[in-house]
Amino acid sequence: MNIRALWYRLPVIRQLRQAVGLQRGMLIAGLVIVGIFLLTALFAPLIAPYGYSQLRDENGGFDAQQPPSAEHILGTTVGGYDVLSRVIWGSRTAFLVIVIAVALSIFAGVLLGLISGYIGGALDRVLVVIADAVYAFPSLLLAIAASIAISGGRSDLWAGVFSAAISITVVFIPQYFRVIRAETARIKAEAYVDSAKVIGTGVPRIMFRHVLRNATRTLPLIFTLNSSEAILTLAGLGFLGFGIEPTSAAEWGFDLNKSISDVTSGIWWTALFPGLAIVLVVLGITLVGESLNDLADPRLRTRRRADSKAPVAMAEASVNEEGLDGAVSIAKEDRA
Amino acid sequence: MTDVLNIRNLDVTFATDGGDVHAVRDVSLTVAPGEVLAIVGESGSGKSVTARTILRLLPATAVTRGAVILQGTDVLELSGSRLREIRGTDVAMVFQEPSTALNPVFTVGWQIAEGLRAHGKYSKKQARAKAIEILEKVGIPEPATRVDYYPHQFSGGQKQRVVIAMALVLDPELIVADEPTTALDVTVQAEILDLLRRVRDEFGTSIVLITHNMGVVADLADRVAVMYQGELVEEAPVQQLFSAPTAEYTRNLLAAVPRLGSSVTRAPKQLDPAATPVVVATDLVIRYPGRLGGAGFTAVDQVSFSIAPGEVLGLVGESGSGKTTIGRAIAGLGNRPTGGSLVVLGHEMRNVSNAAFKPSREDIGFVFQDPASSFNPLLTIGEAVAEPLVVHGRAKDARAAAPRVAELLDAVRLPTSYAARFPHELSGGQRQRASLARSLALEPKLLIADEPTSALDVSVQATVLELFAELQRQFGFAALFISHDLAVVDMLADRIAVLYRGKLVEEGTGPEVLGSPRHPYTQRLLASLPVPDPIEQAQRRETLRLLREAD
Repeated sequence: MNIRALWYRLPVIRQLRQAVGLQRGMLIAGLVIVGIFLLTALFAPLIAPYGYSQLRDENGGFDAQQPPSAEHILGTTVGGYDVLSRVIWGSRTAFLVIVIAVALSIFAGVLLGLISGYIGGALDRVLVVIADAVYAFPSLLLAIAASIAISGGRSDLWAGVFSAAISITVVFIPQYFRVIRAETARIKAEAYVDSAKVIGTGVPRIMFRHVLRNATRTLPLIFTLNSSEAILTLAGLGFLGFGIEPTSAAEWGFDLNKSISDVTSGIWWTALFPGLAIVLVVLGITLVGESLNDLADPRLRTRRRADSKAPVAMAEASVNEEGLDGAVSIAKEDRA
Repeated sequence: MTDVLNIRNLDVTFATDGGDVHAVRDVSLTVAPGEVLAIVGESGSGKSVTARTILRLLPATAVTRGAVILQGTDVLELSGSRLREIRGTDVAMVFQEPSTALNPVFTVGWQIAEGLRAHGKYSKKQARAKAIEILEKVGIPEPATRVDYYPHQFSGGQKQRVVIAMALVLDPELIVADEPTTALDVTVQAEILDLLRRVRDEFGTSIVLITHNMGVVADLADRVAVMYQGELVEEAPVQQLFSAPTAEYTRNLLAAVPRLGSSVTRAPKQLDPAATPVVVATDLVIRYPGRLGGAGFTAVDQVSFSIAPGEVLGLVGESGSGKTTIGRAIAGLGNRPTGGSLVVLGHEMRNVSNAAFKPSREDIGFVFQDPASSFNPLLTIGEAVAEPLVVHGRAKDARAAAPRVAELLDAVRLPTSYAARFPHELSGGQRQRASLARSLALEPKLLIADEPTSALDVSVQATVLELFAELQRQFGFAALFISHDLAVVDMLADRIAVLYRGKLVEEGTGPEVLGSPRHPYTQRLLASLPVPDPIEQAQRRETLRLLREAD
């Protein structure tokens, strides 16, 4: 298989090639926003004019609550920080939380889901009950508890990031668990699992070689949707005052919290830009996730219209997919 | 007399992920009043798409050209509301799977009335009276009470009668029946075909019958249109088509249809009577546990048989007869026997542990019904065929097994280069060959084939069956061949066992069972099987009628 074919089989790339029309537009918009977010996080030290905790430069200290100017393009905050720099550095914190939260939850969730779905029985029932109980917990409450447990509420970069990440992890594990469990239970009944059993394949080999790889279809989707939720939880923590100290990292939620009093006195720039950053990143990630979801479902996926000159009669939509499947099978079946 | 339906130069194209698919090319057909036109073809021939175009039941991705003129109006040009008007009154449809064509949460009476309400004013009472009347006409016993039954309270054949009643209630000129008997058992199929014939005779309705079964065509059709890859290759009156097919494709198709009695010429195999049988079942009982407090379901009831080394036992039965349950029990899949004894390769399956049975799995091969789902879609054919070798330690990994895999693919006549392909890149027949290669990888003593050809087209089925017979001679394995198709079993099996509702009703060699069946069920089964010859089928129909009356 050549590199090109392999490249086209990668999750997001394949969907991008497949998409048409509005769905393609949504996916591209989402990917562009996410791309900008990732680049910003990666190159924050190069892009940001000042450090996240910088209060003075060679010309002396920054004034507090300065409107946008040549020196401070987006103005300064009540504490005298540069808003643009804080917004740019904040993307790093957000990125860290996403990576840690998803990394912590995805492995545990997938493994538990696989075991629970494949083995079934009493173990499955117990795990499902626990997952449901955790699922019912508000994630923000959990995050506050974790934040207090880890650092007593106020914290430096890592303690702040981890308190957000761990609380999100606890809530996300049941999500991955449920999805993988449902897929596993479905795949367990597939003929190829039976055919692995009749040749005497051991349980671990069936689980990891035959079931797991087929059960991970929906992971990119949950991954993206969870990423946006992770950012929102971090921002919520910061806004409630459980965030990260401005001296240890930049964090959008914390900045929003500090700008509450500014809003009433007509200082709009301290609240607008961190808020906008949150909205844009969440929007971008959600766009990617939703497009992936629509593209994964053949009934929601739009296709290019069949090539045809006039007269064209577009048949009305039919819920029944049979005709379509038939057509696809024609495309695939070359005669034996 | 004008034609009920006139299809002119129909072209249908689908937009798919893999680009445009030209499903129907320039097809022209006519149907006269009271005529049964059969459209025959294999999967992907465009026969279903053509039929669905008559009601414009195509997905939004389809683009159609040409004309479908029904009673003087072109269906393809109609607006939404006009289209709704003609659906049901001018043309109605009978679907393949009656259990999914009926809505499970409404009574059948309500569903029949639904069609009436859509096309005129009926009071509840009138609609109900009409529903009862039509249910009686399609042969539902006690229609006055059963009109209030839900679909799950009917058997498969009765459900199909209800679907036909729904199609008939508005007295359409044309009924499109898309594989109306494919999901049904042979004996039920014969009854539904009778009903459709009566519908034509009594109501004067024209029928477009979509099918892949040449026996069904011979039984019911007046005229036959043969489709291949979206094109119409031949159109002829039924007797002419069977006696003197002109197109090459039609001739091959007819030759590929398995016929009863084709094994009579074969010399009986020499088996060593002293050898220990591979499988011995004595009074085997398999019960599925019921719900809490409820009685269980006995799937297999007091069945005894044995398979000698090198022998092919054909197990025939309708759906629910327990044939698959027996196959799976022998392979150690699913439910264990609950009574009697089942000895497979020296292991008593009632109480053998998985660990003790595992070494014996080397000696059992299994071929599944649907080749599309029995391969892990993420493994290449080569990796899948190598799996048994790797699992049993004959090879370190798929790469080390490559020479043996090449040998196996060669044995099933697949090009060795196919080892690098993924299952979806193969056709159904090719996949089933690969499945055979996988099951033979460890040179098993016993092969269980569960309906290995029922998901395949007739012409592909013939080549796979030939391959199976040849491999069996070459490797000499014993086999349990499970099928619902008597003709298929007859081609391969040394002995045939007939299952009926979990009981073994008859067992013997092919000529014994098929030539002079003793049990009334076997007799009825044989008589129900439509043969691909219109004249002979007409005689058989008469025999079956007499047999039914005798019951």
